[in-house]
Order: sequence, then structure tokens, then C-alpha cells
Amino acid sequence: MREVAVVGFTQSPSVRREPDRNEVEILIPVLQALREQTGLAGAECDFICSGSSDYLAGQSFAFVSGLDAVGAWPPVSESHVEMDGAWALYEAWVKIQMGYADTALAYGFGKPSMGDLPITLALQLDPYSVMPLWPDTISVAGLQARHCLERGLFTADEMAAVAVRDRGNAKTNPYAQVKGDFTVEGILAEPFLVNPLRKSDCAPISDGASAILLAAGDRATQICERPAWIRGFEHICEPMDFGVRDLGRSRGTEIAAEKAGVSSDKIDVAELSAPFTHQSILVERALGLPPETRINPSGGALAGNPLMAVGLSRIGECAARIFRGEADRAVAHATSGPCLQQNLVCVLEGR
Amino acid sequence: MNAHDTSGTEGDGSPVTVLRAPIVLEYEYSAGQSASRFLRAIAEGRLLGQRCPVDGRVYFPSRGSCPQHAVTFGDEVVELSDKGTIVTFSIVRVPSKNIPLELPYITVNVLLDGADTILMHVLDADLDDVHMGMRVQAVWKPREEWTTSTENILFFRPIDEPDADYDSYKEHI
Amino acid sequence: MGDERDMNTAERALTASHTLEYTYKRSLGPILSRFFTGLRDRKLFGIRRADGTVMVPPREYDPDTGQALDEMVELPGEGVVRSWSWVAQPRPQQPLDHPFAYALVQVDGSETPFLHVVDAGDEANMETGMRVRIRWAGETAGAITDFVFVPA
Repeated sequence: MREVAVVGFTQSPSVRREPDRNEVEILIPVLQALREQTGLAGAECDFICSGSSDYLAGQSFAFVSGLDAVGAWPPVSESHVEMDGAWALYEAWVKIQMGYADTALAYGFGKPSMGDLPITLALQLDPYSVMPLWPDTISVAGLQARHCLERGLFTADEMAAVAVRDRGNAKTNPYAQVKGDFTVEGILAEPFLVNPLRKSDCAPISDGASAILLAAGDRATQICERPAWIRGFEHICEPMDFGVRDLGRSRGTEIAAEKAGVSSDKIDVAELSAPFTHQSILVERALGLPPETRINPSGGALAGNPLMAVGLSRIGECAARIFRGEADRAVAHATSGPCLQQNLVCVLEGR
Repeated sequence: MNAHDTSGTEGDGSPVTVLRAPIVLEYEYSAGQSASRFLRAIAEGRLLGQRCPVDGRVYFPSRGSCPQHAVTFGDEVVELSDKGTIVTFSIVRVPSKNIPLELPYITVNVLLDGADTILMHVLDADLDDVHMGMRVQAVWKPREEWTTSTENILFFRPIDEPDADYDSYKEHI
Repeated sequence: MGDERDMNTAERALTASHTLEYTYKRSLGPILSRFFTGLRDRKLFGIRRADGTVMVPPREYDPDTGQALDEMVELPGEGVVRSWSWVAQPRPQQPLDHPFAYALVQVDGSETPFLHVVDAGDEANMETGMRVRIRWAGETAGAITDFVFVPA
């Protein structure tokens, strides 16, 4: 295995609606900031990979216009995943591991405010027997939350405490969208959005973008004083049918965490992209985090949820704490699909 | 919005082999900064391009950044003429329901005077006359019908000017 | 709390409403064809899995082993709610225009709950473990929307 590190991370603010800039215009300042941070953020990279969804943009092949932000003439070595940018980063990491690149740019961007996101995401479901019922994201997550609550896996108080923690942490994050001093009592007094979920149990809808630069070996230490070395990287997918999955645990995260080597040492920081409070608890348990780990110091997905970038930003938030010497070892998680169907785990170290 | 639109009919005994579950999604699309500026200008009959700060090339229409150098264009705009040169063309004999023109018609790549990128449009001219290097000008809708739409230009039409030198447009073919 | 924008130098952009439609016909293949033909004829079919249990809706291949499956099993149109979410404000695309539940329903004779709709009238009528039965649409067409569940 080659030594590969995250050497740069930039992001846009998460906002509920960015009406005045299109997806590419949101992305361009993010890549310009990455260029200022690292010296390269476009065609200078050996490989470029992006994560976005044409369904969010409402335009076929919308991701192609994202290439305006990197400068793709003369032509560049490029790829795209219809997934969160964390999976784009995984492809970039594999490309470097295979020896085809020494530096790689991964970015994710999305503007879900243009459509009705909870309905758009019904298109992730089985197109024959589930999607025609148009189950919205919140209702589908609610099935999982009730299953866990009624099995006694955790309580509504514990779910609310996740929102209190994350949105309190987010007060120091200038990029976060929903932040402040919430209380468990206050959240439990909220009406149900979709019983059993309250508004505070759900991540916001956010427009935004983020970008990460990877580099191998000596290139990494040339670009970044304290690179965040990738020590484990894995993603795992569960099947489509809810009835054959165990909705009371995140089996995919468990397997990804084991393969990525999460349990082998202490963990200073963990960043989770679980978009619902109950899913955050399931992911925390699946990762097997020790009690002293600081979870979601940025606020996580519950404080800012730019779909297609939110998972990549979790890796970036971990890396940024390693750059600054605030953490030596960190674990980032990204998810996609209904009820934590697909999960990615990345282990980063400062040495 | 109608998931009930399927092919089967009850009682006829034939197997259901096809599912229709139409997907209808509503969006409120934002043109963004660059395209909005372009469209507001075209509503006044003005054609705006933007200049790359790295190599000085003028992009029309501009998408707000240089696709070659990945730098934003900023707020500077370049106003272009509605005259230009045919860089290449094609004669279309296949109907398309999105093009309300009688067949056959001519599609052209036009290099507007002052621009460094080409504009795709249609040409109203004799099929026998059209040629590379031909000088053309936009024919606009009546002024009172102008909106924030590229449809303000109906088509291009030849003008009485000598052909452009091949060297002036060869890199755009 | 609330939105924060650092992009306040931007001018108002032009916006336009835009409808995107995908009007594809989907081929069902042999297994799903039998399932949806069954629905049109007001019958619910599952499929026997490699371990002998029955799953519904049927799948062509066993989710655990990948083994091809073929034995369709007719199931009674009733079962038990295993979990539910209450939709107080249905969206226009959703199957009912009044409040309803999405639920994981395990029909009798099957081991795999599946996502469907319970038309229970009021949230207070919903409870995990409750019995539900199928109510067929006035006209069936061979679609998952040919029925909803109602409290038994």
C-alpha cells in the first residue's frame, strides 16, 4: 500500500437555499480556496473525481458543467460518481494506490433546494414495488427510528441529546447552518414532523460544496505541514429490501469499521454524516467508539447537510483537526441510501 | 403523479409484463449569476461575453468562469456585435419536434465579431449559397416581444459583406 | 440558528419553474410479472427463499445467497405492522390525500416485512403489532398501488 494523505480541505457554508448561484458557482470559490491552501486544485492534479446527483440539479449530465470549475481543457483524467463526494475520494485514493496518480482532487456539490428533496430521494428505492408509493425520506427514516425505540435500543431522550450535542458543537463552526443551545426538554416538546421524528431529529436541507486534495508520500509532506494520513478506507453496501436488513444496527458500518481498522487504537475525533439522530446513535455504536472520543466537533450532518458533499466534509473536518494538531487519530463516516444502506469509514492519522 | 398508470387490465387474463410508474419532479431552477446577467442583457438586445483574465479570450455565452483556466471572470463584460462569421454549417433534413422550422434548414456555428467561442444557431439562407466564412447577422424578434430568453434571436441571415479570411476562424472549426 | 450567507454580494438570479419527467416503461421480467399479474387479479404472491422462508415482494435472486428463486407462494392478504411512520401532511405524489401511515408490514406466511401504506384514519389507531388486511382498489392495474392495508 502507498502512503496517501489528505493534504487540503475547503468547503462552502451550508445554507438552506442559495438562490443566486448555480451549482458550479457554489463550487468555484471552494476550489479556488483549495488552490490557495495547497497550490493545486484543478487540472494540475493527476486525477479528478466528483460526486453529485443529476436528480438534485434536475438536469441530465449536470456534473459535466462542474468541470468548468477545474479547467478541463486540455483534457484531464477525470471521473464522476453519482454518490457523495466521499465515494469520489475513495475512487481517487484507489487511483493513487494503483500508481496512476500522485495527487488527486475529489469534490462534491449539491443544490437540493431547487426541488423537493424528501420526494426526490424516493427515487433511491426499488422502482417496481416501493418507489411508486413515494415514501419520503423522513417517513422511511421514521420506520427505522420506531423499530429501534420499540425494541428498547435507545430512547427519544437519547435521540434528542444527539441534536443538542451536535448543534451545540456547531456554534464554533462558521460553515454550519443549524446551531445553538438546544435542550432535550425543548426538543421533546416539539410536535412530530413525521411521528416518531421531530424536526430536530432531522438534518437540515442544505446547498453547498466541499473539496479535498489527496497526495502520496513525499508530495503530501511538501504540500501540507501535517498531512492526515489515510490508514483505513472501506465502504460497504446493504441490500435494497428493508425486510432482509436489521434496521436496529448498522451492519454495513460495523464491517467497514472493522476492515478500516477503527478499533486498533484510540480515537480523538469522529465525524459522522448520519442525517437523523437515531442513525447517529446506530453509527456511533457500529464504529465502537471509546467514551473519550469527541463526536462531531463540527456539528456533523445535523448542523449542515449539503447532500453529495456532507460525507466528504466529514473526512475533511477530521483531516483539518489533524492539520492543526488538535487530533492525532480520527474516524470519518459517510452514508448514502435509505436507513444507512451504504456506509463508508475512513481512518486518518497525523503520523 | 399517477402511479396507477400501468399496462394491465383486470380480467383479461393476460400477464402484466410492463410497469409504468411515471416520475414527475418539480424544480425551481436558478440560472445563477453569470447566466442571469447574460439573459437580462439579451432582454435589452445586448449580447454580453466575458474575458478570461489569463489569456484574454472572450467567451460567449459566458458561464462565469474559464473552462480552460478554472478562474472566475469577475464582473467585467464585453459587449458583442450581433454580426459574425459562419465557421461551419450543416443542412438538416430530419424533423425534430423542438425546432419549428420547415425542412430542410441550415444549422450554423457562428463566431460573433469580438468573441472567441462559437454560437450554435440556425440560418435563413438558400441552401446553395451557404458556405464557411459567410458573413451573417442576427434577426431579432420585434422589440416589444423581447424577454430574458435567447429566443429573442429568431435566426441568422446573410449580409452583404465580403467573406471572412479562413485564418480568422480556422481554430473554431 | 438559521441560514447564514457569506455570498451577500450576489445579485438576484433569474429563476424558472421546471418540470422533469421520466415516463419510462419498465419490463418486469418473469418473477415480478407474476407478482404484478397477481395484484391485478387481487392476489398477493411471495417467493420461497433458499432457506425455505417466504419473502414479499418476490425477488429473482435470494438476497443472502444469490441463488435463483422460482417458487411463488400465494399469501393471505393480512398481516402484522412491524413499524410505522405517521404522515400527517401527505405530499401530492403520495398514495392517499389524507393522513396515513407508511408501515413495514409482515404478511402471514412471510418472514420479511415490506414497506407499504396503512389507511388507519387516525394516528391513534396505529400501533406496532396491530393486525392489518389488504383493501383492494376499485380497479386494479398490476401495480403496487393496487391496494393499501387497513386495520383488520
